[in-house]
Amino acid sequence: MNLPLTPWYDFRDLSGLSSEISGWVGADWLGSIISGVLGALGILMIIGPVLLGLIWLERKVISRFQQRYGPNRVGPKGLLQPVADAVKLVLKEELRPRAADKFLFLLPPILVFIPGILVWGVIPFGPNMQIADLNVGVLFLLAISSTAVVAIFIAGWSSNNKYALFGSMRVIAMSISYEVPMVLSLLTIVFFTGSMSLNGIVQWQQSEDLILILLLPMTAFTFFFAATAELNRTPMDISEAESEIVAGYHTEYSGMRFGLFYAVELLNTFGISAFVATFFLGGWWLWGLDEWIPSWLILLAKTGAVYFIFIWLRGTLPRLRLDQMMNFCWKFLVPSGLLFLVAAAVERTLLIERGWDASIALPVFGVINFAMMGVAIFAWAKASGTPEQRLPSTALMARGRLGGLRAAQAISRQEAGAFEDFGAEPAGGD
Amino acid sequence: MTTPMPSMDPRELVTVNLGPQHPSTHGVFRLKATLDGETIHDAEMIVGYLHRSMEKLAEERTYTQNIPFTDRIDYLAAMSNNLAYCLAVEKLLGIDVPPRAQFIRILFAELQRIASHAMANGTFINDCGAWHTPLFHMFREREQILDLFEMTCGARLTTNYMRVGGVAFDLPDELLPAVRIFLRDMPGHISDYEDLILGNEILVARARGVGVIDAASAINASFSGPALRGSGVPFDLRKADPYCGYENFEFDIPVGRNGDCYDRFLVRMTEVKESLRILHQVVDNIPPGPWLTELPLHLRPEPGEAYARVESPRGELGFYLVSDGGPSPYRFHCRPPSLINLSALKEMTIGGTLADAIVTLGSIDIVVGEIDR
Amino acid sequence: MTTWLSPQDVAVRVQAAVPDSVVEATDVALVLDPARLTDCILFLRDDDALDLSFLSNLTAVDRDGELEMVYHLQSLDQNHILTVKVAAGGYDDPRVASLEPLYHGALLQECEVYDLFGITFEGHPDLKRIFLWDGFPGHPLRKSFLQMPGNLTAGLPGFSHESGDNDWPVPGSVEERPVHPNQAARTNTVPVPGDPPVVQGGDA
Repeated sequence: MNLPLTPWYDFRDLSGLSSEISGWVGADWLGSIISGVLGALGILMIIGPVLLGLIWLERKVISRFQQRYGPNRVGPKGLLQPVADAVKLVLKEELRPRAADKFLFLLPPILVFIPGILVWGVIPFGPNMQIADLNVGVLFLLAISSTAVVAIFIAGWSSNNKYALFGSMRVIAMSISYEVPMVLSLLTIVFFTGSMSLNGIVQWQQSEDLILILLLPMTAFTFFFAATAELNRTPMDISEAESEIVAGYHTEYSGMRFGLFYAVELLNTFGISAFVATFFLGGWWLWGLDEWIPSWLILLAKTGAVYFIFIWLRGTLPRLRLDQMMNFCWKFLVPSGLLFLVAAAVERTLLIERGWDASIALPVFGVINFAMMGVAIFAWAKASGTPEQRLPSTALMARGRLGGLRAAQAISRQEAGAFEDFGAEPAGGD
Repeated sequence: MTTPMPSMDPRELVTVNLGPQHPSTHGVFRLKATLDGETIHDAEMIVGYLHRSMEKLAEERTYTQNIPFTDRIDYLAAMSNNLAYCLAVEKLLGIDVPPRAQFIRILFAELQRIASHAMANGTFINDCGAWHTPLFHMFREREQILDLFEMTCGARLTTNYMRVGGVAFDLPDELLPAVRIFLRDMPGHISDYEDLILGNEILVARARGVGVIDAASAINASFSGPALRGSGVPFDLRKADPYCGYENFEFDIPVGRNGDCYDRFLVRMTEVKESLRILHQVVDNIPPGPWLTELPLHLRPEPGEAYARVESPRGELGFYLVSDGGPSPYRFHCRPPSLINLSALKEMTIGGTLADAIVTLGSIDIVVGEIDR
Repeated sequence: MTTWLSPQDVAVRVQAAVPDSVVEATDVALVLDPARLTDCILFLRDDDALDLSFLSNLTAVDRDGELEMVYHLQSLDQNHILTVKVAAGGYDDPRVASLEPLYHGALLQECEVYDLFGITFEGHPDLKRIFLWDGFPGHPLRKSFLQMPGNLTAGLPGFSHESGDNDWPVPGSVEERPVHPNQAARTNTVPVPGDPPVVQGGDA
């Protein structure tokens, strides 16, 4: 994208800053190193307060779902609550179980933080506002998010705790399985937009005047739920199911080490929200409004909206069991992902090779894709579940004579149609 | 009911301890599960962490002094415990209770049932994984009920309200209007729960077909309460063996279809609606009059024995008292529905996954105070 | 209304089905012979008219040294209930046949009775002390158990499987705190002239 060379202090175009530093230092390679370091520092400085804000937002929103106020004592509207939490965690004693592996136990909190920050390097905050405009940005995302799994496994294994081991086993099974739908959905996007760089994807959406969620709804759905599983968030947080295995892989961690795990979970969620916003909602572009409103603000607003949906799901849904999650992944997301990949390839061929007119073809493709998504979801809803799961959700009401085994048998036969005078009928309303 | 698990090399099995300190074992309850991967190979339960030797202590206290003890047996349904114990003592003494006291007893027993079911269902959904959201919503109703208790007898949880021969205090003037307000608001909340929770795909997938026990096995395992009715057996002590005037009220008994966790959950939800029906009838028809029979201060029943039971929110709560003519019971035994409903826990959990075991335990609705006494 | 079956009527039928099994039939309960307990209960459970297929309550009473088992059997379909008693023996090794093969619900209740009374149930698949620990000296609900035996202080001196690795006090070595005069004078029942005095001491 050709933009006029802007002064170095204009943050809408960081390449100006980078070339200014190269000029000042004299060597290009030194300049790029320094600007890279500055960029990383900038991201780190922003991540800190953003994390605090995320913790506050999550707690307040979830508590509002639960008919309560949430933290509102520490600071105005509870805004300093995350600061209080952070201070508390820093001051807590960091226990290490005697039988836990000495070095491997200390590693995971750091190791899991690294991918969380690294992915922020490729997110475009504006047409020229990113740390590294890799032309394989999508591949970078997938590669980096896979390394977080190793850290979680090390955490569970080194804790010498059966609960932690359970948690990390579940995490590995889930993460590896859900990588596949994630890759398929990203591949579908790459097919359509023809570019693996995130900025390229946003610019494709800008040039076609269309956000990808309207064109590829099932892909967005797949990516969103695969991301939910990768992030270990409800409804797919079986690996840290508090009601079963206490806290999963971070059971034995205390103090700031646990704080890091907790913070990284939220950071990853925010990062994936940013990715969803970039891929499917247009990123920093908003139909021309990015001329007046800063583009990074637009991106943050979209990210916040997606983050709110993550919190909404967490506050509302119970969690799936591990085998149900595996079913969902391998029997639904992967086949439908493949199907949509083929459909996207066909549509792309029609668009580019056959030269169909984009302004007509794209809406048509959008409608077709929505219809396919509806069919796929409907088919899955019919095919999934056991016969018992389709029983009506009302109780039978025994109005007549009570009894024991014979009465129970009579009621069940009446259900099947035989007449007995036990007067049982389903409760009114469903 | 139980398919025998294939014998395995012990080195491949992992023993995991759930509890006694655990976010969701409903109190100090310990389940030692031997797992093959995620499947439960064997489940052993260990109780006794809350044993307070109530039955022995009760032999040294008078009959009236034992009423606060009964509060603490099943601390989530104190009114039902009080009621069962007072009925047993009244059976020993052979006395009747004035009609107003009967109505008041039913009023509080049904309010207690709603509060206890709110807690039971809320924690059940919690076990299924919803991060406390339905629990907090149901606790909102429970708070209203506990406020009503506090208005009457001063205590929210361990109420100590029933006495032998009636109830301790008369209803305060502000109670019945407050109950009417509660009855007016409750159906709206219940329909919210039905819309949001009952049809929830994930809840159905987690709870349907899990922890199944059929009717014959349930009867043989002495199940009672919602656990028994969830398996399809239409038996409720309020209808079968009416006490306290329950025969004068109109209500129905919900019954499940196939004895899984979802059915027990559904039976509890429907029982709350039936309790509201009873409460409407009670509130409209309370007669004036005395609320406590005049009895001597030191009760000395004739030597004999009595077994009286009530339908507590957890099942058949019975008290077996043996009297030797003295001021204290010679034998004080509480028949705990929570302990007895756990008889078939092994059969219900073996073969399923660990997650299912937690959900099953939550659906049986145990209170460890009742198990251990 | 659940009818309480008359033990005398039931005794006639039980005697006819299982000879020499009824020891006595009072107004309150049907007392059976311990040796024929399983056969009698099997008859009571499987008989079509009686249909006592629900075990409502299983407990024991210590009648001054003679332990006695009390069962409340109920029929859900017929809606009647019957009290059955059986003598379990004295303090030395009391034994009763287990009802667990007949009623699965007896599983935990019999463990409880074993724990608190010391009655051994023959045929029980998993008899263990569920409330108290394995090394607990004595059976608390017996009338002879009035204090911890051997001058043990109340509370746990240590877990039975541990061996001196903790700093719990050695049993018997802790000095008794002086008891306040008001507390020493108080017994938990109001003494009434003419009542027999409360007996202290005794062994497990």
